[in-house]
Amino acid sequence: MLKIIAGLVCFLIILFSPVGYNIITGRTYYVPMLKVPQGDCVESTVYMRKRHMEVLERWRNAYVRDGIKRYISINGIYRIGLTGTCLKCHSNKAEFCDRCHDYGGIKPKCWDCHHIPEVKAEK
Amino acid sequence: MNRRDFLKFAGVLAFGVAAHQTVNIISQSRAKEEKKSTKTWAMAVSFSACARREGCKDCIDICHLIHNVPEFDNPKDGLRWIWQSPYEVVFSDQTNLFNKGMLKNLSVLCLCNHCDNPPCVKVCPTKATWKREDGIVMMDYHRCIGCRYCMAACPYGARSFNWRDPRPFLKKINTDYPNRIKGIVEKCSFCEERLSQGLIPACVDTCPEKALIFGDLNDPESDISRALRARFSIQRRPYLGTGPRVFYIF
Repeated sequence: MLKIIAGLVCFLIILFSPVGYNIITGRTYYVPMLKVPQGDCVESTVYMRKRHMEVLERWRNAYVRDGIKRYISINGIYRIGLTGTCLKCHSNKAEFCDRCHDYGGIKPKCWDCHHIPEVKAEK
Repeated sequence: MNRRDFLKFAGVLAFGVAAHQTVNIISQSRAKEEKKSTKTWAMAVSFSACARREGCKDCIDICHLIHNVPEFDNPKDGLRWIWQSPYEVVFSDQTNLFNKGMLKNLSVLCLCNHCDNPPCVKVCPTKATWKREDGIVMMDYHRCIGCRYCMAACPYGARSFNWRDPRPFLKKINTDYPNRIKGIVEKCSFCEERLSQGLIPACVDTCPEKALIFGDLNDPESDISRALRARFSIQRRPYLGTGPRVFYIF
């Protein structure tokens, strides 16, 4: 009986060790926070947070396959482009794109072909 | 409902469905016709003007620079969107020996012919390459799986395959245009990204001898239409039925 309880305790300790690790290192409620640049994005921030990947896919297909080079939204008219348009405001890929993608273990392949503009030192 | 009524009803229903489908198909084909672009892009290369400047590679350099086409030491890895080849190679089907003598050391500028009936499009299993309404044979590098059927199908050698990751071999990067990755095919796009901004292709723009003429075949007053009306022109292997839209004039 004692052996079973000891075994169970050991099992539970191992089972919850990741939670314990996060509590000790203070990362229990860690959510990556992003610095959102000033001004309007092509769509609202909430929408972009949730659906930016769908927007990017629509942009890709529109630009390459349908020859549509402009995107018209409620915030204005934009030239479709990842490096040219998105990264003009979100100029620091490491602090913007990567922070959440790393957290979520997502590895988008955009950057194999598309270029990352050089990060300018903040004044 | 008795059997007779049921059969009548089924007959009417079947006719209704068939009529609906027919109307749908007809209206779709009409919609397609209306969408047709009014432009058909084409290019003409002047042998004599191109040969005037010996060793000039301005068009090749600018094209490969703005489209991030790298240069490799090993020609087997080579990528090309626009290139020069000897007359005997490019026009190997021209049997006139006197022409061959006259044009012996002539380098002919070659690029994708943006065929009217492109064989590369027919064989592409993923629709990564297709013919646009304005005649440009376009590539969607996102979709290319690197099967190289298109390279086998193209009778002009206009397509090249990325055997290696091209990025480390780029001496200068144009950040406005993506590069490609290892394992996909690439080719000339008639600078469609420039055309959409109202510019002419970079090779045409940069040529110091104005040896390249570009324009819309549907417009009878465009440079290309005038040139092709006024001057004798040949195409690369037109008998294959591809309908090349790059013309060679003297």
